[in-house]
Amino acid sequence: MNRRLRLAPWLFLAPALVVAVVFHVWPFLNTVVLSFTDASALGGGSFVGGENYVRLAQDPHFWLATRNTVLYVAVVVPLLVLLPLLLAVLVQPQIRGIGFFRSVFYSPVVASMVVVGLIWTWMLASDGIVNQVLEAARIIDAPLPFLTDSTLLLVSCMLVTVWKGLGYYMVVYLAALGNVSSEYHEAAQVDGANAARRFWSVTVPGVRPTMFLVGLLSAIAAMKVFAEVYVMSYGTAGPGGEARTLVYTIREVGLGLGGQIGYASAMSLALFVLTIGFSAGYLRAQRAEAR
Amino acid sequence: MTAALASRTAGATRPQVLRPDRPKHTRAGLVLRYSLLGLMFVLLVGPFLWQFSTSLKGADESIYTASPIPTNPTIDNYRTVAETIPVFRYIGNSLVVATASAVLNVILGSMAGYALARLPFRGRTLADLTFLATIIIPFEVIMVSVFLTMRSIGLVDTLAGVILPAAASGLSIILMRTAFLGLPRELEEAAKLDGANAWQRYRRIAMPSVKGTLSVVAIFAFVFAGDDFLWPLVILKNPDNYTLTVGIQYLSGTFSANQRVIAAGTMIAVIPLLALFFSMQRWFFRGVGEGGIKG
Repeated sequence: MNRRLRLAPWLFLAPALVVAVVFHVWPFLNTVVLSFTDASALGGGSFVGGENYVRLAQDPHFWLATRNTVLYVAVVVPLLVLLPLLLAVLVQPQIRGIGFFRSVFYSPVVASMVVVGLIWTWMLASDGIVNQVLEAARIIDAPLPFLTDSTLLLVSCMLVTVWKGLGYYMVVYLAALGNVSSEYHEAAQVDGANAARRFWSVTVPGVRPTMFLVGLLSAIAAMKVFAEVYVMSYGTAGPGGEARTLVYTIREVGLGLGGQIGYASAMSLALFVLTIGFSAGYLRAQRAEAR
Repeated sequence: MTAALASRTAGATRPQVLRPDRPKHTRAGLVLRYSLLGLMFVLLVGPFLWQFSTSLKGADESIYTASPIPTNPTIDNYRTVAETIPVFRYIGNSLVVATASAVLNVILGSMAGYALARLPFRGRTLADLTFLATIIIPFEVIMVSVFLTMRSIGLVDTLAGVILPAAASGLSIILMRTAFLGLPRELEEAAKLDGANAWQRYRRIAMPSVKGTLSVVAIFAFVFAGDDFLWPLVILKNPDNYTLTVGIQYLSGTFSANQRVIAAGTMIAVIPLLALFFSMQRWFFRGVGEGGIKG
């Protein structure tokens, strides 16, 4: 009886532990080991010391991918911290029909990234609706190569990430706005503060912790960006793969033909260090700010 | 003054359901607000409508004119999708993956969560660290290595291989653990005195009391698994085994010249999801208002 009692918790934990160990902990340890070998899809796997890391430091593809990924985070995160908050403020009051607007603004979140990517691929094509509208409005003379110029492709992908993320973070902000007491707004209004002033001095301070959270979540997501770039470039990451991101490159190197598993593992760990390093720095900055 | 206000506001955590921040709405303010809502509607819903319109346009109608209403709506493009890729099979595969993921997360997540919340045992730190690792390590980082693991246990190109890595996510376990910790202990203590073992207390007393959290775990897992693209793309080789996201991407590769067909394919993929969401949206936003998805 007594022994069974001590065994019971582990029986409850066992299935989840097996999944965690077999498909997360073990592969991570394996990634670390493999990054010091020349393992490939065909075999091999002898120890080569830090060779993969030396190669990484000299690989222009890796640095391009890192630059694009960092750029992605730098552009997407501020937009995803601010725009959904404005959207949440817009749909917050209980005016007629607001439930409808809240739901439809969430639709891009419900659709999968592949669907959203393909919808925008068609919108942004050289003969697509966006170019047509811009031309009709005489803003541009010739169609912009949104999908065939690598810089514009990356910008288009960022736009799609923001477009799809708006509704999700809007909902996160709505929950937080419910906790900002309306008395502060009323007091500010009596003091004669206009809407913009009230937004900056009442709303923003009230949801500050949530803004930090949204920043962290959207940054971690942006570091792993893949589907947008893959779908909108038909799997090529733009001409010459110039719009490649880290995850795109890891998949290409490690899982493509003749997958260079050892080298891809080293690159994977670089992504891990980037993600963890950013998160740690971010949380430290938040704690310093809160003090 | 602003700083003082800020710190006071940040400390205010009165649980209030979504409510107007200002009781009075001026007429001009309302007009402006509805105009902005209309603009956002065009920006956020317009692309779906444009795609839908393209999918209904026949081969003899231009899809480049900005006229959103097809003159001769046709379902030919949808028929072409069904003839080109086994789209119903892909929907079935995605349903299997999403449902299995939801069920597994509910079962494995609640069992582990219950043990962490209620059962005394040694080695708790080890268990905590293991589950924490699944949250901290992004799947993209270990993807190549997980592929090797799948290859060695023969699960490459199977739906089981798609499902298993996310079968017990750290998020599910944390959500369940929190829910169980929130239950009053008394009932379970009483059952224990009556001789109920751990399994009976979990199954008969704890589980029926956390139905709300169970549904949140199920929905999160279902949506995540149904939307996932990278991992199924990596592990599925034979086009017959594709899930819907990979299948639609595959369609766009084969039909990159025919926007009408791609549009029909994306509509097949998105309409059921949107229908499901809109039928449940009232419930969803109530959950948000109650703090169900609080930061």
